[in-house]
Amino acid sequence: MLVLAGIVVIVAGFLLRFNPLLVVIVSAAVTGLAAGMPPLAILAAFGKAFNADRYVTVIYLVLPAIGLLERYGLQQRARAIVASMRGASAGRLLIVYLLFRQISAALGLISIAGPAQTVRPLLAPMAIAAAEAQAGTAAEGDERIPALAAATDNVGLLFGEDIFIAVGSILLMKGALAGYGIELMPFQLSVWAIPSAVAAFLIHGARLLWLDRRLGRRKALDR
Amino acid sequence: MIGLGAVYVVAGVMFVAFATLSLRARRLGHAAFYALLALSFLGGDRLGDIGNGVLVLGLVAIAGTGLLKRAPTPAVDAPPPRGNALFVAALVIPATAVAGTLAFRLLPSLVDPKQGTLVSLTLGVLVALAIGYAWLRPRAATPFVEGMRLMDTIGWAALLPQMLASLGAVFALAGVGDVVGRLAGEAIPQGSLIGAVLAYALGMTLFTMVMGNAFAAFPVMIAGIGVPLLIHAHHGNPAVVAAVGMLAGFCGTLMTPMAANFNLVPAALLGLGDRYAVIRQQVATALPLLAVNIALLYGFGFR
Repeated sequence: MLVLAGIVVIVAGFLLRFNPLLVVIVSAAVTGLAAGMPPLAILAAFGKAFNADRYVTVIYLVLPAIGLLERYGLQQRARAIVASMRGASAGRLLIVYLLFRQISAALGLISIAGPAQTVRPLLAPMAIAAAEAQAGTAAEGDERIPALAAATDNVGLLFGEDIFIAVGSILLMKGALAGYGIELMPFQLSVWAIPSAVAAFLIHGARLLWLDRRLGRRKALDR
Repeated sequence: MIGLGAVYVVAGVMFVAFATLSLRARRLGHAAFYALLALSFLGGDRLGDIGNGVLVLGLVAIAGTGLLKRAPTPAVDAPPPRGNALFVAALVIPATAVAGTLAFRLLPSLVDPKQGTLVSLTLGVLVALAIGYAWLRPRAATPFVEGMRLMDTIGWAALLPQMLASLGAVFALAGVGDVVGRLAGEAIPQGSLIGAVLAYALGMTLFTMVMGNAFAAFPVMIAGIGVPLLIHAHHGNPAVVAAVGMLAGFCGTLMTPMAANFNLVPAALLGLGDRYAVIRQQVATALPLLAVNIALLYGFGFR
C-alpha cells in the first residue's frame, strides 16, 4: 500500500504547481523508499532507465533545420499557399491531414510528422490562414485554431500507429501477455486497432466539419 | 552498424552548440541544462547508473529552481523571405525518413532495422541542413540559434516524457503495479462483467493520465484486471482486451498535461498563452472515443 504514495505525490505535486520534473524525482524517491530500496539503488535505477530512454528526447534534433527554414519564411509561404487556394477551409484541411497522419502512422511512419516537424511550420499557419479567409476577419489571438491543429496531429498519430504491427505499444502488449502464457501474433492485436481508428476519424472529423460551419456563420453575421 | 549511437552523437553535438550559444548570451541556467543533456547523449553510456542518476538530479535542480524561466532571446531581423522551394527543403526531412525506413529494411547489415526510422529522420535533418546552408547561405551558427530559440520555448517540458519513463522503471521495481491491480480487483463487484470492463478501461485512462503514458499503465491494468478477471474469469478474447485497453489509455493521453510531448510541447512551440489549449481541444474527441472503446471491448471481447 505504501508504495502508492508516489502516485499521490504526482497528483498533489501537479495540483500544487510544483515543477513537474521535481515532482517526478520526488515521486521516484518516495516510491523507492516506501518499497525499502536504499537511496543509492533508487538513484541508480532512475539513472539507468533515464540513459536507456534517451531516444524519447532525440526528436528535438529536427529543431535547427526547422528553425533555419522558418527564418527564411517557411510559415509565411505555408499561409500564402492556402490563401491562394480557392475553397480551402480550415476544417477540410485538418481532415485531410488527419487522414494522412492516420494512414502514414498505420504504415509505421510515425516520426515523419509531429509538432516540430509539421504542425508549427506548416499545418498551424495553413489552418489559421484558411480560417481567416472563411471568417473574413483576422484570427489574431484566437488560439483555438492552432491548438486544434496540434490536437488533430495527436489524434491521427495515436489512433493510427497501433494498426502498424511493429510499433512499440503492440510489442509491449505481446510481451506482457506472453508473460501470462498467452501467445498472440502482432497482427491479431493490430487488427483490433482498426475499429477505434475509424471511430477516431469519424468523431474528430465531425468536429472539424462543425468548425467550418462555425467559421462560415461568423462571416455571415459580419455581413 | 549505424544505430541509436550515431543518432545520439548528432543530438549531443546539437546540445553542445545550444550550451555554447547560451553561455555566450550569459544565460547560465540554460547553458548548464543543455550541457548536461549533451553529456547524457555523448557520454551517457560511460557514466554508469549512479552517474546518470546524478546527472538527472542536476537537470532537475536547474529546472526546479526556475533557472529556465527567463524569456527567450529576441529574434534578430529576418532576412528577405524565400519562395516555395522552402517546402522542398522542409519536406526533405519526412521524405528521407520514409525512404530511409523502407530502404534500411533491405540493408540490415548497414543500419539497425529496429532504429531505421530514427536513423533516417536524423539523416533527413542533416540533408535539410546541408541544403539550407548551400542555398540560403546563413551564418554557420544561424540554424542553432533558431533551433535553440525553439528549444528555449519548450523548456523543461522537453524532458518530462523521458523522466516519466524512468519513473515507470522505479515503479516497476517497487511493485506499484501489483498493488494498484489488487486494489482495483477488490473494488469490482464479484462476477460483474460490465463492472470489470469499466474498471479496466477507466483504469487505463486514469493511470495513463497520471503517468503521462499508456505504456506505463498497461502492465499494471493487464496484471490487475485484464488477465485475472477479463481473460480468465470472463473468458475474454486476449487480443481485444489488450488492444482496446491500450487505446482507452490513448484517450487518457489526449487529456493529461503529463503527456508533455503530445500536449504541452505543441502549445509551447505554437506560442499559445494557455498551456492547456491543446488539451482543451482534445477532450471533446477523447471522451466519445473512450465510450466507443468501452463499447467495443464489451461488445466484441466476450463472444
